[in-house]
Amino acid sequence: MHLIVVGLSHKTAPVEIRERLAVPESRLGEALTRLCSYPGVKEGILLSTCNRVEVYSIVDDVETGYERIQEFLADTHLSLSSEQLTPHLYWHTGDRAIGHLFRVAASLDSMIIGESQILGQLKGAFEVALAHKTTGVIMNKVVKKAISVAKRVRTETKIAEMAVSVSYAAVELAKKIFSDLHEKTVLLVGAGEMAKLAARHLIAHGVRHVRITTRTPQHAVDLAAKFGGTAVPFDQFKDDMASADIVLVSTGAAHYLVGAEDVHRAVEERMNRPMFLIDISVPRNIDPAVRHVDNAFLFDIDDLTQRVEQNRAGRVQEAEKAERMVLEEVTIMLDWMKSLEVTPTIVALRSHVDDLKRAEVDKVLTRLPHLSLQDRELVEGLASSIVNKLIHRTMVTLKAEVNSSNGPAFVEAARRFFSLDQPAASVQQIEPSRESPRYHPENAAESGAEDPVSETSVRKRAR
Amino acid sequence: MAAVCFMVTMVLYFVATMSFLAYLLRRSEALSNVSLAITAAGFISHTVALVIRMVEVSSTVPPSFSDALSFFSWMIILVFVLVEFRHRIHVLGSFMVPLALVSLVSSAALPETVPTLQPVFKTLWFHVTLSMLGTVGFTVAFVAGVMYLIQDRLLKSKQFNVLYSKLPALDFLDHLNQQSIVLGFPLLTLGIVTGAISAEFARGSYVSWNPEQIWALVTWVFYFVVLLGRLTVGWRAKRAAYLTVIGFACVILTLVGVVLKET
Repeated sequence: MHLIVVGLSHKTAPVEIRERLAVPESRLGEALTRLCSYPGVKEGILLSTCNRVEVYSIVDDVETGYERIQEFLADTHLSLSSEQLTPHLYWHTGDRAIGHLFRVAASLDSMIIGESQILGQLKGAFEVALAHKTTGVIMNKVVKKAISVAKRVRTETKIAEMAVSVSYAAVELAKKIFSDLHEKTVLLVGAGEMAKLAARHLIAHGVRHVRITTRTPQHAVDLAAKFGGTAVPFDQFKDDMASADIVLVSTGAAHYLVGAEDVHRAVEERMNRPMFLIDISVPRNIDPAVRHVDNAFLFDIDDLTQRVEQNRAGRVQEAEKAERMVLEEVTIMLDWMKSLEVTPTIVALRSHVDDLKRAEVDKVLTRLPHLSLQDRELVEGLASSIVNKLIHRTMVTLKAEVNSSNGPAFVEAARRFFSLDQPAASVQQIEPSRESPRYHPENAAESGAEDPVSETSVRKRAR
Repeated sequence: MAAVCFMVTMVLYFVATMSFLAYLLRRSEALSNVSLAITAAGFISHTVALVIRMVEVSSTVPPSFSDALSFFSWMIILVFVLVEFRHRIHVLGSFMVPLALVSLVSSAALPETVPTLQPVFKTLWFHVTLSMLGTVGFTVAFVAGVMYLIQDRLLKSKQFNVLYSKLPALDFLDHLNQQSIVLGFPLLTLGIVTGAISAEFARGSYVSWNPEQIWALVTWVFYFVVLLGRLTVGWRAKRAAYLTVIGFACVILTLVGVVLKET
């Protein structure tokens, strides 16, 4: 029973490979069922996004498991051969696989660090796997933990707070001028893609009133219908500016459409309520002299880009904090997984009942000092025999179920029935782990970007 | 005993000020809770000190100018804590706690013999509290104004630094500025009216035209105009921020003038 991840991402494979390997959501279930039909592959989850395709699986044996999953991936697309695929694949097992999943879920491995989509995609992949019953106790626990780690990273670091797209940076700035966007009005002048995107972000953050103007009147009407706003005739928009708290300009005009006097008049009409102007057009459509108008705040594309660059740097800083959290959580997860191993559980069970027996026998014997040596042995023998018979079936069942998919469930049940995780249980008798060196972010980084081949795969290829 | 408590309060306010200033300049949010806790501890010891002092001099009215400043400092912290609870704007502490500290330190620097009021007014805690609360309102307006001007400057010059990220949105600061004057102004008005009425009872005339009263009236008229301008011709945002900063400077100069004259 080993956890393994095999996959490729934007760090190891070009888009031509990724797009061919990607599995559409409608065919995820079918693919999962096929994955689990390979011999030795017990459980599986398939995470397929535009930036990565990864298979997380529980396999009987690491080496053959890797080969099976590689075969599975090569089979997903007819035009891909194993030879084409292998150079782009990375794979991790055990603690490093867990660490990788946690980093992916927390968006530390994403193209844009801290982006939030990946968590939803992981949840989706998990739901499909649950629906097709291709996961068991260990996988479920690991994925749920990955989701909670991602949430923890989100709440305890600022990794997701800082806008890293130009359109979103506009929202961030708006929030430094207006504390509540709900009653605010945005005026869209022109309909460049970025302006539309920014408008969408603003609406998502509460802006309810949208006014739109474009040179082609019909275009404005269409857009207004789309955004649930009102169309404004292009030749009147300057008079309308006073009613707008946020003015978003992006037209193809080669000259300034809005001058300093226009803005000055609008601000006066607004009784000095602040105005936020965003000029995403190149060449610029708002006269830079607007900067000198009191209570009007003008930002052009360069200002927004500057903000985005700063935030990117900020996210990288926050990512360091997040890496430490992942490290902690992997340790917790490993402790849990170790507890599910059969041998240490049997050892712990044995020692637990022996301790009980010893204590009870000693108690009885001190009350019966007159017993002969022979009688004492008899009492002791009786106790041993009862104890052994009581735990016999448990031991046999545990050993029998070791390799079944229910194995971990039996182990956990046994541990709880006999309270083996209580401090009293002789935890120190659990065998030292067979896991490789514990997960460490440095290792992960090195196996992620520059060197997609983990140490295990190097060993494999050398054969 | 009161002196010890005042000493402790001063040390705590000093530490809180340092902590709040560090909070302002560092990206981490961690210091905000520490600073708040220290401020709260200072506030408790300050309260104890004031009660002991009140019992000692057996008067509900601060008997000297020094006591009045200490009371003023206490009220600044009180109002800060209230606003903090309501809006969770920790950064306000970075501005208000230092003001409270300055007020308390000036109180300690002044001799306790400079009287605030003639003995006949000893029971008039009403007048004192109201006028002071009004002034605290203007203090908050001043702080909001300063924060507004800083944030305005940062936005205009596109300096997205730590200060920018800590300061709240412009319209919130403008709103806070307005609310503090809207609350502070009627309180000061009531303070002046109760003062005048008691003067009538004590001396037979509402106003005696001493410098303190003249300045109080000037302050009253100034803020009346500021408030009126905001409601009628749109003196808000940057202009309101400037006006409240100027107004507060007048209030402080008045107080300094009074103290210098009396000592």
